[in-house]
Amino acid sequence: MTTITGPTATGTAIRTTGITLTTVRTIAGKEFRSYFQSPIAYIFITAFLVLTHFFFFRGFFLVNQATMREFFGLIPVVFLFFVPALTMRLWAEERKLGTTELLLTFPVEDWEAVLGKFVAALGFLAAALACTLPLTLTVVILGRPDGGAIVGGYLGSLLLGGTYMAMGLWLSSVTSNQIVAFILALFGSFALFMIGEPIVLSAIPQVLGLRSFCAYMSVGYHFDSLGRGVVDLRDVLYYLSVIAFFLFLNVRSIESRKWS
Amino acid sequence: MIEVRNLVKRYGSTVAVDDVTFDVPKGEVVGFLGPNGAGKTTTMRIVTCYLPADAGRVTVDGYDSFEHSMDVRRRIGYLPESAPLYQDMGVIEYLRFVAGMRGIPSGERDGRVRRMVEICALGPMLQKDIGQLSKGYRQRVGLAATLIHDPEVLVLDEPTSGLDPNQIMEIRELIRQIGREKTIILSTHILPEVEATCSRVIVINEGRIVADGTTEELTRMSAGRATTVLSVRASAAAAEPKLRGVEGIESVRLLEDGTPGASRWEVVSPSNADIGAKLFHLAVESGWVLTEMHTASLSLEQVFLELTKGEKRP
Repeated sequence: MTTITGPTATGTAIRTTGITLTTVRTIAGKEFRSYFQSPIAYIFITAFLVLTHFFFFRGFFLVNQATMREFFGLIPVVFLFFVPALTMRLWAEERKLGTTELLLTFPVEDWEAVLGKFVAALGFLAAALACTLPLTLTVVILGRPDGGAIVGGYLGSLLLGGTYMAMGLWLSSVTSNQIVAFILALFGSFALFMIGEPIVLSAIPQVLGLRSFCAYMSVGYHFDSLGRGVVDLRDVLYYLSVIAFFLFLNVRSIESRKWS
Repeated sequence: MIEVRNLVKRYGSTVAVDDVTFDVPKGEVVGFLGPNGAGKTTTMRIVTCYLPADAGRVTVDGYDSFEHSMDVRRRIGYLPESAPLYQDMGVIEYLRFVAGMRGIPSGERDGRVRRMVEICALGPMLQKDIGQLSKGYRQRVGLAATLIHDPEVLVLDEPTSGLDPNQIMEIRELIRQIGREKTIILSTHILPEVEATCSRVIVINEGRIVADGTTEELTRMSAGRATTVLSVRASAAAAEPKLRGVEGIESVRLLEDGTPGASRWEVVSPSNADIGAKLFHLAVESGWVLTEMHTASLSLEQVFLELTKGEKRP
């Protein structure tokens, strides 16, 4: 605090980058811990595990194949409901309590606050996914599953979850009501998922490549190829750019207090 | 320490802050006084880099609040109105979080937190979540958080609003102690607060500064004038024109007209106008029964009322 001598360009630049990671980490840590302070975390993980395990093992022994395709097939739909539950609180509650005024007057850039919250929610989702490792282990013990498909499936789940999450986080910042944030995020993610589904695609005319464009924009399309164990850079890039886009919208909506 | 120059902020078509200019030298405790909606909070939000100004500039310790926002933020501890806090966090946990956000190295955080707990007397509340605390304790947690990085400047928006009289006394005492070594801007619409804690007062109304000076200077603005309170057995409608007609009276204000056929007034006049005698003769001539009359010099409160009433802009 006391080492600053003047607002020289290099001096401030160095200090800012020094502080950056600390604040992102501090915010992420705080948000991550706060999941476990309420029953939400435990309810979430329990419900997630019960649902996925039930639907997976219901068919697993009938099909009698050591594959996790069924499991990863559930993810895009299950996350539709679970991810908005993780993001709805993040900004809406700050808006309701008025704590944005605290948070955004700390020496922290708006994007650092957004990133911190995103990292926390993604970390929690990763923890929930890690809890399904015993299921993976079961499959590995019972047969010889395709290892690449499993790794790709987990990577895809994290990227797909991250995409829903970036959208949910943004939508949480446009309202002070958590339920509204949840429902908006649910519909938003649902739209992003549905535009690639065959039932919707068949209704879209194939002019100017519109149909393939819609298929390409959907989250499911890229998830399927990752789930086959093909880690294509284009798929990863798709997810990362959609995530970046929604995080950018989020920063803009936090900044919007300045334009009124 | 804080320089505010020609600050303007509009919300749509309403002008919340209109060409506000003031300085706060190092070590001074300045009271920002004004009715609700006068522009106090907006000004504070601009100083603390929460909102940008439409025109004008703010510098804190030589750093521009727009261009060197981070440097300004590091020097300021800000307590927003009604002390918003994360309700589900524990007291210690929250203070540690703020210490982290303030860039205090993790090794020093516990020591700082302990000192803040001591200064703000939070000891008995350490086991509780912030959401369970009383309003007074919440305000103290908020204050502790604004002080944790030992800022040179404190910006406190209505630090005592919503507290009971005992809590108000405690918070004021705390601010007085802190104020010995820091530069403080605190806003309030309660006058005794300013008299109790501030060395200087800036009165703001409808986005403009209407007075700026020490409390003594402000009270002196009333020098040579007196205020007289009188109650008569006459309806407000009948009494007002006659009161206004009395020679030497500057302003007439109806205090109450609860009982029919009676009214209570406050009139301001030069203190040498012998207003008591004139009012007495008026009452006799009009056949009113005079039930109360006393004269005093203008208090800070009346100076404030004078400054912030009238001159309503469209």
